[in-house]
Amino acid sequence: MEIDWKAQTAGFQIGASALAGTVSALNLIVMAVAPLATLLSFGDEGYGDELFWGAVRTLEISLFGYVLGIGLGLLGAVGKLYGPAVFRPMFSGYTTLFRAVPELILIMLLYYAGTDAINAGLAKLGIGAVEVNGMVAAICVLGVVQGAYATEVLRAGILAIPIGQLEAATALGMSPVLRFRRIMLPAMLPLALPGLANLWLNITKDSALVSVVGFTELALATQQAAGVSKRYFALYVVAQGVYLLISQCSLSIFGWLEGNMRRGQPGTAVAR
Amino acid sequence: MQWAWLPGYLPALLQGLGITLFVLVASVIGGFSLAVPLALAQVRGRTLPRSLSRVFCSYIRGTPLLMQLYLLYYGIGSLFPFIPGVRENFQWLVRLDAIYYVLAAFTLSFAGYEAEIMRGAFLSVPRGELEAAEALGLSRAQVLWRIWLPSAFQKVLPTLTGEVIGQLKSTPLAFTVPVMDLMGVAHRVMQDTYRIYEPLLFVAAIYLALTFLIVQLFALAELKHLKR
Repeated sequence: MEIDWKAQTAGFQIGASALAGTVSALNLIVMAVAPLATLLSFGDEGYGDELFWGAVRTLEISLFGYVLGIGLGLLGAVGKLYGPAVFRPMFSGYTTLFRAVPELILIMLLYYAGTDAINAGLAKLGIGAVEVNGMVAAICVLGVVQGAYATEVLRAGILAIPIGQLEAATALGMSPVLRFRRIMLPAMLPLALPGLANLWLNITKDSALVSVVGFTELALATQQAAGVSKRYFALYVVAQGVYLLISQCSLSIFGWLEGNMRRGQPGTAVAR
Repeated sequence: MQWAWLPGYLPALLQGLGITLFVLVASVIGGFSLAVPLALAQVRGRTLPRSLSRVFCSYIRGTPLLMQLYLLYYGIGSLFPFIPGVRENFQWLVRLDAIYYVLAAFTLSFAGYEAEIMRGAFLSVPRGELEAAEALGLSRAQVLWRIWLPSAFQKVLPTLTGEVIGQLKSTPLAFTVPVMDLMGVAHRVMQDTYRIYEPLLFVAAIYLALTFLIVQLFALAELKHLKR
Protein backbone atom coordinates (compact mmCIF):
# COMPACT_ATOMS: atom_id res chain seq x y z
CA MET A 1 0.00 0.00 0.00
CA GLU A 2 2.77 2.35 0.97
CA ILE A 3 4.63 1.72 -2.29
CA ASP A 4 1.50 2.11 -4.37
CA TRP A 5 0.89 5.52 -2.95
CA LYS A 6 4.42 6.70 -3.52
CA ALA A 7 4.24 5.66 -7.16
CA GLN A 8 0.95 7.47 -7.47
CA THR A 9 2.12 10.69 -5.93
CA ALA A 10 5.40 10.73 -7.83
CA GLY A 11 3.49 12.16 -10.75
CA PHE A 12 2.37 15.10 -8.71
CA GLN A 13 5.86 16.09 -7.72
CA ILE A 14 6.69 17.34 -11.19
CA GLY A 15 4.19 20.15 -11.18
CA ALA A 16 3.92 21.26 -7.58
CA SER A 17 0.92 23.41 -8.29
CA ALA A 18 -1.62 24.33 -5.67
CA LEU A 19 -4.15 21.91 -7.12
CA ALA A 20 -1.73 19.03 -7.10
CA GLY A 21 -0.82 19.90 -3.55
CA THR A 22 -4.45 19.80 -2.48
CA VAL A 23 -5.10 16.55 -4.26
CA SER A 24 -2.08 14.87 -2.75
CA ALA A 25 -2.97 16.22 0.67
CA LEU A 26 -6.36 14.55 0.27
CA ASN A 27 -4.60 11.45 -0.91
CA LEU A 28 -2.50 11.57 2.21
CA ILE A 29 -5.53 11.81 4.47
CA VAL A 30 -7.11 8.84 2.71
CA MET A 31 -3.87 6.95 3.19
CA ALA A 32 -3.82 7.90 6.85
CA VAL A 33 -7.32 6.58 7.42
CA ALA A 34 -7.56 3.54 5.13
CA PRO A 35 -5.40 0.99 6.97
CA LEU A 36 -6.70 2.13 10.35
CA ALA A 37 -8.56 -1.11 10.86
CA THR A 38 -5.34 -3.13 10.75
CA LEU A 39 -3.54 -0.56 12.84
CA LEU A 40 -6.14 -0.77 15.59
CA SER A 41 -6.76 -4.51 15.44
CA PHE A 42 -6.12 -6.61 18.52
CA GLY A 43 -3.22 -8.99 18.28
CA ASP A 44 0.31 -8.92 16.97
CA GLU A 45 -0.27 -6.74 13.91
CA GLY A 46 -2.36 -3.98 15.38
CA TYR A 47 -2.12 -1.83 18.45
CA GLY A 48 -5.77 -2.00 19.49
CA ASP A 49 -5.06 -4.13 22.54
CA GLU A 50 -2.16 -1.91 23.67
CA LEU A 51 -4.30 1.19 23.39
CA PHE A 52 -7.26 -0.52 25.07
CA TRP A 53 -5.24 -1.60 28.07
CA GLY A 54 -3.60 1.81 28.17
CA ALA A 55 -7.05 3.39 28.39
CA VAL A 56 -8.00 0.94 31.16
CA ARG A 57 -4.83 1.89 33.09
CA THR A 58 -5.63 5.57 32.59
CA LEU A 59 -9.11 5.06 34.03
CA GLU A 60 -7.76 2.97 36.90
CA ILE A 61 -5.10 5.41 38.06
CA SER A 62 -7.50 8.33 37.58
CA LEU A 63 -10.25 6.66 39.59
CA PHE A 64 -8.09 5.49 42.50
CA GLY A 65 -6.11 8.72 42.46
CA TYR A 66 -9.38 10.63 42.56
CA VAL A 67 -10.66 8.65 45.54
CA LEU A 68 -7.36 9.13 47.36
CA GLY A 69 -7.38 12.82 46.48
CA ILE A 70 -10.89 13.32 47.85
CA GLY A 71 -9.95 11.46 51.02
CA LEU A 72 -6.93 13.72 51.46
CA GLY A 73 -9.10 16.70 50.54
CA LEU A 74 -11.67 15.90 53.25
CA LEU A 75 -8.88 15.54 55.76
CA GLY A 76 -7.29 18.78 54.59
CA ALA A 77 -10.55 20.74 54.51
CA VAL A 78 -11.62 19.68 57.99
CA GLY A 79 -8.07 20.17 59.26
CA LYS A 80 -7.82 23.61 57.73
CA LEU A 81 -11.16 24.72 59.18
CA TYR A 82 -11.39 22.94 62.52
CA GLY A 83 -7.96 21.39 63.12
CA PRO A 84 -5.62 22.37 65.94
CA ALA A 85 -4.00 25.73 65.27
CA VAL A 86 -0.54 24.18 65.20
CA PHE A 87 -1.35 22.08 62.16
CA ARG A 88 -3.17 24.71 60.15
CA PRO A 89 -0.03 26.27 58.61
CA MET A 90 0.91 22.77 57.52
CA PHE A 91 -2.38 22.33 55.68
CA SER A 92 -2.25 25.74 54.04
CA GLY A 93 1.37 25.10 53.09
CA TYR A 94 0.27 21.87 51.40
CA THR A 95 -2.50 23.50 49.39
CA THR A 96 -0.48 26.59 48.46
CA LEU A 97 2.68 24.77 47.43
CA PHE A 98 0.98 21.93 45.60
CA ARG A 99 -1.30 24.23 43.66
CA ALA A 100 1.43 26.69 42.69
CA VAL A 101 4.03 24.23 41.37
CA PRO A 102 3.40 22.65 37.95
CA GLU A 103 1.82 19.20 38.18
CA LEU A 104 4.48 17.71 35.92
CA ILE A 105 7.29 18.72 38.30
CA LEU A 106 5.32 17.58 41.35
CA ILE A 107 4.63 14.22 39.75
CA MET A 108 8.32 13.70 38.93
CA LEU A 109 9.44 14.84 42.40
CA LEU A 110 6.91 12.72 44.26
CA TYR A 111 7.49 9.70 42.06
CA TYR A 112 11.25 9.68 42.60
CA ALA A 113 11.09 10.86 46.22
CA GLY A 114 8.38 8.35 47.11
CA THR A 115 10.16 5.33 45.71
CA ASP A 116 13.46 6.48 47.25
CA ALA A 117 11.87 7.01 50.65
CA ILE A 118 10.33 3.54 50.64
CA ASN A 119 13.62 1.93 49.72
CA ALA A 120 15.52 4.00 52.30
CA GLY A 121 13.00 2.94 54.93
CA LEU A 122 13.35 -0.70 53.92
CA ALA A 123 17.14 -0.41 54.03
CA LYS A 124 16.90 0.88 57.60
CA LEU A 125 14.86 -2.18 58.49
CA GLY A 126 17.52 -4.34 56.93
CA ILE A 127 15.48 -5.37 53.90
CA GLY A 128 16.88 -4.85 50.44
CA ALA A 129 15.47 -2.45 47.87
CA VAL A 130 12.19 -3.38 46.18
CA GLU A 131 10.74 -2.48 42.83
CA VAL A 132 7.88 -0.17 43.71
CA ASN A 133 4.70 -1.07 41.83
CA GLY A 134 4.36 1.54 39.09
CA MET A 135 0.60 1.65 39.33
CA VAL A 136 0.55 2.19 43.10
CA ALA A 137 3.17 4.93 42.70
CA ALA A 138 1.15 6.61 39.94
CA ILE A 139 -2.05 6.49 42.01
CA CYS A 140 -0.34 7.92 45.10
CA VAL A 141 1.35 10.69 43.14
CA LEU A 142 -1.85 11.73 41.34
CA GLY A 143 -3.85 11.46 44.56
CA VAL A 144 -1.50 13.62 46.60
CA VAL A 145 -1.47 16.33 43.93
CA GLN A 146 -5.24 16.09 43.57
CA GLY A 147 -5.67 16.28 47.34
CA ALA A 148 -4.44 19.86 47.42
CA TYR A 149 -7.06 20.96 44.89
CA ALA A 150 -9.76 18.85 46.54
CA THR A 151 -9.00 20.47 49.91
CA GLU A 152 -9.90 23.87 48.54
CA VAL A 153 -13.02 22.65 46.76
CA LEU A 154 -14.33 20.82 49.83
CA ARG A 155 -13.39 23.65 52.17
CA ALA A 156 -15.45 26.04 50.07
CA GLY A 157 -18.29 23.50 50.15
CA ILE A 158 -18.20 23.28 53.95
CA LEU A 159 -18.09 27.06 54.26
CA ALA A 160 -21.18 27.31 52.05
CA ILE A 161 -23.31 25.27 54.46
CA PRO A 162 -25.60 27.59 56.43
CA ILE A 163 -23.95 27.86 59.84
CA GLY A 164 -27.29 27.39 61.59
CA GLN A 165 -27.47 23.78 60.37
CA LEU A 166 -24.14 22.98 62.00
CA GLU A 167 -25.05 24.84 65.17
CA ALA A 168 -28.36 22.99 65.34
CA ALA A 169 -26.52 19.68 65.06
CA THR A 170 -24.20 20.68 67.89
CA ALA A 171 -27.13 21.89 69.97
CA LEU A 172 -28.81 18.51 69.53
CA GLY A 173 -25.77 16.97 71.13
CA MET A 174 -24.18 15.37 68.08
CA SER A 175 -20.53 14.49 68.44
CA PRO A 176 -18.22 16.14 65.86
CA VAL A 177 -17.89 12.84 64.01
CA LEU A 178 -21.63 12.26 63.84
CA ARG A 179 -22.20 15.87 62.84
CA PHE A 180 -19.66 15.48 60.06
CA ARG A 181 -21.22 12.26 58.79
CA ARG A 182 -24.90 13.15 59.07
CA ILE A 183 -24.98 16.90 58.45
CA MET A 184 -21.82 18.32 56.98
CA LEU A 185 -21.10 15.69 54.33
CA PRO A 186 -24.62 15.42 52.87
CA ALA A 187 -25.11 19.19 52.94
CA MET A 188 -21.75 19.92 51.39
CA LEU A 189 -21.61 17.37 48.57
CA PRO A 190 -24.21 18.98 46.28
CA LEU A 191 -22.49 22.32 46.78
CA ALA A 192 -19.06 20.90 46.04
CA LEU A 193 -20.17 18.71 43.12
CA PRO A 194 -19.34 21.11 40.25
CA GLY A 195 -15.86 21.58 41.70
CA LEU A 196 -15.46 17.85 42.18
CA ALA A 197 -16.56 17.23 38.59
CA ASN A 198 -13.86 19.63 37.45
CA LEU A 199 -11.30 17.78 39.54
CA TRP A 200 -12.25 14.48 37.94
CA LEU A 201 -11.88 15.93 34.44
CA ASN A 202 -8.51 17.35 35.47
CA ILE A 203 -7.20 14.09 36.89
CA THR A 204 -8.11 12.14 33.75
CA LYS A 205 -6.04 14.65 31.80
CA ASP A 206 -3.25 14.91 34.37
CA SER A 207 -2.91 11.14 34.33
CA ALA A 208 -1.19 11.56 30.96
CA LEU A 209 1.67 13.26 32.81
CA VAL A 210 2.49 9.99 34.56
CA SER A 211 3.77 8.77 31.20
CA VAL A 212 6.78 11.04 31.71
CA VAL A 213 7.99 8.90 34.63
CA GLY A 214 7.43 5.75 32.60
CA PHE A 215 4.07 4.33 33.66
CA THR A 216 2.34 2.82 30.63
CA GLU A 217 -1.10 4.38 30.49
CA LEU A 218 -2.87 5.59 27.37
CA ALA A 219 -0.43 8.40 26.52
CA LEU A 220 2.68 6.25 26.81
CA ALA A 221 1.02 3.26 25.14
CA THR A 222 0.16 5.51 22.21
CA GLN A 223 3.67 6.90 22.10
CA GLN A 224 5.16 3.42 22.06
CA ALA A 225 2.75 2.15 19.42
CA ALA A 226 3.40 5.22 17.29
CA GLY A 227 7.15 4.84 17.69
CA VAL A 228 7.04 1.27 16.41
CA SER A 229 4.48 1.70 13.64
CA LYS A 230 5.50 5.26 12.64
CA ARG A 231 1.80 6.06 12.37
CA TYR A 232 2.03 9.01 14.71
CA PHE A 233 -0.83 11.05 13.32
CA ALA A 234 -3.46 8.32 13.19
CA LEU A 235 -2.61 6.90 16.60
CA TYR A 236 -2.60 10.26 18.36
CA VAL A 237 -5.94 11.14 16.81
CA VAL A 238 -7.41 7.85 18.01
CA ALA A 239 -5.95 8.25 21.52
CA GLN A 240 -7.33 11.76 21.79
CA GLY A 241 -10.69 10.42 20.71
CA VAL A 242 -10.54 8.06 23.68
CA TYR A 243 -9.69 10.92 26.07
CA LEU A 244 -12.51 12.96 24.58
CA LEU A 245 -14.91 10.05 25.01
CA ILE A 246 -13.90 9.74 28.68
CA SER A 247 -14.39 13.44 29.36
CA GLN A 248 -17.70 13.75 27.50
CA CYS A 249 -19.14 10.67 29.24
CA SER A 250 -17.94 12.03 32.58
CA LEU A 251 -19.61 15.34 31.86
CA SER A 252 -22.98 13.73 31.26
CA ILE A 253 -22.64 11.48 34.32
CA PHE A 254 -21.83 14.45 36.53
CA GLY A 255 -24.65 16.47 34.96
CA TRP A 256 -27.06 13.68 35.83
CA LEU A 257 -25.64 13.39 39.37
CA GLU A 258 -25.98 17.10 39.90
CA GLY A 259 -29.57 17.05 38.72
CA ASN A 260 -30.26 14.20 41.15
CA MET A 261 -28.54 15.76 44.12
CA ARG A 262 -30.07 19.16 43.65
CA ARG A 263 -33.59 17.83 43.21
CA GLY A 264 -35.93 19.73 45.48
CA GLN A 265 -33.47 22.46 46.23
CA PRO A 266 -34.88 25.90 45.54
CA GLY A 267 -33.79 28.02 42.64
CA THR A 268 -31.31 25.76 40.94
CA ALA A 269 -31.09 25.15 37.27
CA VAL A 270 -29.86 21.70 36.33
CA ALA A 271 -26.58 22.02 34.48
CA ARG A 272 -26.52 20.67 30.95
CA MET B 1 21.77 17.79 48.60
CA GLN B 2 24.54 18.87 46.28
CA TRP B 3 24.45 22.19 44.55
CA ALA B 4 27.92 22.21 42.99
CA TRP B 5 26.35 21.91 39.51
CA LEU B 6 24.37 25.11 39.87
CA PRO B 7 26.95 27.79 38.91
CA GLY B 8 27.90 25.95 35.73
CA TYR B 9 24.32 25.59 34.57
CA LEU B 10 23.10 28.99 35.72
CA PRO B 11 23.42 30.72 32.30
CA ALA B 12 21.53 27.87 30.64
CA LEU B 13 18.86 27.99 33.32
CA LEU B 14 18.45 31.73 32.85
CA GLN B 15 18.12 31.20 29.11
CA GLY B 16 15.54 28.49 29.82
CA LEU B 17 13.65 30.89 32.05
CA GLY B 18 13.63 33.36 29.17
CA ILE B 19 12.15 30.74 26.83
CA THR B 20 9.55 29.73 29.42
CA LEU B 21 8.48 33.34 29.88
CA PHE B 22 8.43 33.93 26.13
CA VAL B 23 6.25 30.88 25.56
CA LEU B 24 3.95 31.96 28.38
CA VAL B 25 3.51 35.55 27.20
CA ALA B 26 3.22 34.68 23.51
CA SER B 27 0.68 31.90 24.09
CA VAL B 28 -1.42 34.00 26.46
CA ILE B 29 -1.56 36.97 24.07
CA GLY B 30 -2.03 34.80 20.97
CA GLY B 31 -4.52 32.54 22.71
CA PHE B 32 -6.57 35.43 23.98
CA SER B 33 -6.71 37.02 20.53
CA LEU B 34 -7.94 33.69 19.16
CA ALA B 35 -10.40 33.23 22.01
CA VAL B 36 -12.34 36.40 21.14
CA PRO B 37 -13.44 35.30 17.64
CA LEU B 38 -14.02 31.75 18.94
CA ALA B 39 -16.30 33.06 21.67
CA LEU B 40 -18.05 35.45 19.29
CA ALA B 41 -18.71 32.57 16.90
CA GLN B 42 -20.45 30.71 19.71
CA VAL B 43 -22.43 33.72 20.88
CA ARG B 44 -23.45 35.36 17.61
CA GLY B 45 -22.20 33.06 14.86
CA ARG B 46 -24.16 31.07 12.28
CA THR B 47 -24.60 27.35 12.69
CA LEU B 48 -21.37 26.24 11.04
CA PRO B 49 -18.86 28.54 12.81
CA ARG B 50 -20.75 28.03 16.04
CA SER B 51 -20.53 24.25 15.96
CA LEU B 52 -16.93 24.34 14.73
CA SER B 53 -16.00 26.56 17.65
CA ARG B 54 -17.88 24.31 20.05
CA VAL B 55 -16.15 21.18 18.77
CA PHE B 56 -12.76 22.89 18.98
CA CYS B 57 -13.36 24.00 22.57
CA SER B 58 -14.59 20.58 23.70
CA TYR B 59 -11.59 18.98 22.05
CA ILE B 60 -9.11 21.33 23.72
CA ARG B 61 -10.77 21.07 27.10
CA GLY B 62 -11.41 17.35 26.89
CA THR B 63 -7.97 16.00 26.00
CA PRO B 64 -4.61 16.32 27.76
CA LEU B 65 -2.37 19.14 26.55
CA LEU B 66 0.49 16.64 26.40
CA MET B 67 -1.39 14.66 23.75
CA GLN B 68 -2.28 17.80 21.80
CA LEU B 69 1.40 18.72 21.76
CA TYR B 70 2.35 15.21 20.61
CA LEU B 71 -0.29 15.29 17.88
CA LEU B 72 1.14 18.54 16.54
CA TYR B 73 4.81 17.68 16.94
CA TYR B 74 4.96 13.98 16.13
CA GLY B 75 1.67 13.65 14.25
CA ILE B 76 1.43 16.64 11.96
CA GLY B 77 5.17 17.35 12.07
CA SER B 78 5.88 13.87 10.76
CA LEU B 79 3.41 14.31 7.90
CA PHE B 80 5.15 17.33 6.38
CA PRO B 81 8.02 15.48 4.70
CA PHE B 82 5.54 13.16 2.99
CA ILE B 83 3.57 15.92 1.31
CA PRO B 84 5.02 16.09 -2.19
CA GLY B 85 6.84 19.31 -2.89
CA VAL B 86 7.33 20.28 0.73
CA ARG B 87 10.70 18.60 0.98
CA GLU B 88 11.97 20.50 -2.06
CA ASN B 89 10.28 23.86 -1.68
CA PHE B 90 9.54 24.26 1.99
CA GLN B 91 12.63 22.86 3.64
CA TRP B 92 12.05 25.13 6.67
CA LEU B 93 8.72 23.45 7.31
CA VAL B 94 10.38 20.06 7.63
CA ARG B 95 13.11 21.38 9.88
CA LEU B 96 10.79 23.50 11.98
CA ASP B 97 12.13 23.81 15.50
CA ALA B 98 10.14 22.17 18.29
CA ILE B 99 9.48 25.53 19.89
CA TYR B 100 7.08 26.47 17.09
CA TYR B 101 5.00 23.38 17.75
CA VAL B 102 5.04 24.20 21.44
CA LEU B 103 3.91 27.75 20.72
CA ALA B 104 1.13 26.51 18.45
CA ALA B 105 -0.09 23.89 20.91
CA PHE B 106 -0.04 26.22 23.93
CA THR B 107 -1.70 29.05 22.03
CA LEU B 108 -4.52 26.81 20.81
CA SER B 109 -4.94 25.33 24.27
CA PHE B 110 -5.17 28.73 25.94
CA ALA B 111 -7.61 29.86 23.24
CA GLY B 112 -9.86 26.86 23.89
CA TYR B 113 -10.06 27.41 27.63
CA GLU B 114 -10.32 31.18 27.39
CA ALA B 115 -13.01 31.08 24.67
CA GLU B 116 -15.32 29.27 27.06
CA ILE B 117 -14.81 32.02 29.65
CA MET B 118 -15.12 34.83 27.10
CA ARG B 119 -18.35 33.27 25.84
CA GLY B 120 -19.87 33.64 29.29
CA ALA B 121 -18.49 37.16 29.62
CA PHE B 122 -19.92 38.23 26.26
CA LEU B 123 -23.32 36.83 27.23
CA SER B 124 -23.26 38.57 30.59
CA VAL B 125 -22.94 42.06 29.12
CA PRO B 126 -26.38 43.68 29.53
CA ARG B 127 -28.30 43.75 26.24
CA GLY B 128 -29.30 47.36 26.86
CA GLU B 129 -25.70 48.52 26.61
CA LEU B 130 -25.36 47.01 23.15
CA GLU B 131 -28.75 48.25 22.02
CA ALA B 132 -27.91 51.76 23.23
CA ALA B 133 -24.68 51.69 21.25
CA GLU B 134 -26.54 50.52 18.14
CA ALA B 135 -29.19 53.20 18.65
CA LEU B 136 -26.43 55.80 18.75
CA GLY B 137 -25.47 54.70 15.24
CA LEU B 138 -22.28 52.77 16.00
CA SER B 139 -21.42 50.14 13.42
CA ARG B 140 -21.26 46.49 14.47
CA ALA B 141 -17.47 46.59 14.57
CA GLN B 142 -17.56 49.73 16.70
CA VAL B 143 -20.05 48.17 19.11
CA LEU B 144 -17.76 45.20 19.50
CA TRP B 145 -14.54 47.17 19.81
CA ARG B 146 -15.75 50.02 22.01
CA ILE B 147 -18.54 48.51 24.11
CA TRP B 148 -18.87 44.75 24.04
CA LEU B 149 -15.22 43.68 24.23
CA PRO B 150 -14.09 46.16 26.93
CA SER B 151 -17.12 45.33 29.04
CA ALA B 152 -16.56 41.59 28.68
CA PHE B 153 -12.84 41.95 29.29
CA GLN B 154 -13.46 43.75 32.55
CA LYS B 155 -15.53 40.78 33.66
CA VAL B 156 -12.89 38.18 32.84
CA LEU B 157 -9.94 40.08 34.31
CA PRO B 158 -10.26 38.46 37.78
CA THR B 159 -10.43 34.96 36.28
CA LEU B 160 -7.53 35.71 33.96
CA THR B 161 -5.07 35.43 36.86
CA GLY B 162 -5.99 31.82 37.41
CA GLU B 163 -5.92 31.08 33.70
CA VAL B 164 -2.46 32.58 33.24
CA ILE B 165 -1.14 30.67 36.25
CA GLY B 166 -2.65 27.51 34.81
CA GLN B 167 -0.88 28.24 31.55
CA LEU B 168 2.42 28.85 33.39
CA LYS B 169 2.00 25.48 35.05
CA SER B 170 1.55 23.84 31.64
CA THR B 171 4.74 25.30 30.17
CA PRO B 172 7.09 22.61 31.56
CA LEU B 173 5.38 20.17 29.18
CA ALA B 174 7.50 21.77 26.46
CA PHE B 175 10.49 19.70 27.55
CA THR B 176 8.79 16.50 26.36
CA VAL B 177 9.32 17.60 22.78
CA PRO B 178 12.88 18.78 22.98
CA VAL B 179 12.67 22.45 23.90
CA MET B 180 15.26 23.91 26.24
CA ASP B 181 12.90 25.82 28.47
CA LEU B 182 13.44 25.96 32.23
CA MET B 183 12.28 22.38 32.67
CA GLY B 184 14.26 21.25 29.62
CA VAL B 185 17.47 22.60 31.12
CA ALA B 186 16.63 21.02 34.47
CA HIS B 187 16.11 17.72 32.69
CA ARG B 188 19.49 18.12 30.99
CA VAL B 189 21.07 18.72 34.40
CA MET B 190 19.38 15.58 35.70
CA GLN B 191 20.81 13.54 32.85
CA ASP B 192 24.30 15.08 33.08
CA THR B 193 24.80 14.99 36.85
CA TYR B 194 22.54 12.09 37.88
CA ARG B 195 21.06 14.38 40.53
CA ILE B 196 17.28 14.14 40.62
CA TYR B 197 15.95 16.27 43.44
CA GLU B 198 18.11 19.38 43.29
CA PRO B 199 17.29 20.45 39.71
CA LEU B 200 13.61 19.62 40.18
CA LEU B 201 13.39 21.49 43.48
CA PHE B 202 15.25 24.41 41.95
CA VAL B 203 12.82 24.82 39.05
CA ALA B 204 9.87 24.17 41.36
CA ALA B 205 11.03 27.12 43.46
CA ILE B 206 11.32 29.30 40.34
CA TYR B 207 7.81 28.34 39.22
CA LEU B 208 6.55 29.10 42.73
CA ALA B 209 8.15 32.54 42.59
CA LEU B 210 6.71 33.17 39.11
CA THR B 211 3.24 32.21 40.33
CA PHE B 212 3.40 34.71 43.18
CA LEU B 213 4.78 37.33 40.83
CA ILE B 214 1.85 36.85 38.43
CA VAL B 215 -0.64 37.04 41.31
CA GLN B 216 0.89 40.36 42.42
CA LEU B 217 1.00 41.75 38.88
CA PHE B 218 -2.63 40.96 38.22
CA ALA B 219 -3.67 42.33 41.62
CA LEU B 220 -2.01 45.60 40.60
CA ALA B 221 -3.72 45.55 37.21
CA GLU B 222 -7.11 44.93 38.80
CA LEU B 223 -6.57 47.73 41.31
CA LYS B 224 -5.72 50.12 38.51
CA HIS B 225 -8.74 48.97 36.54
CA LEU B 226 -11.15 49.40 39.42
CA LYS B 227 -9.91 52.91 40.21
CA ARG B 228 -11.07 54.29 36.87
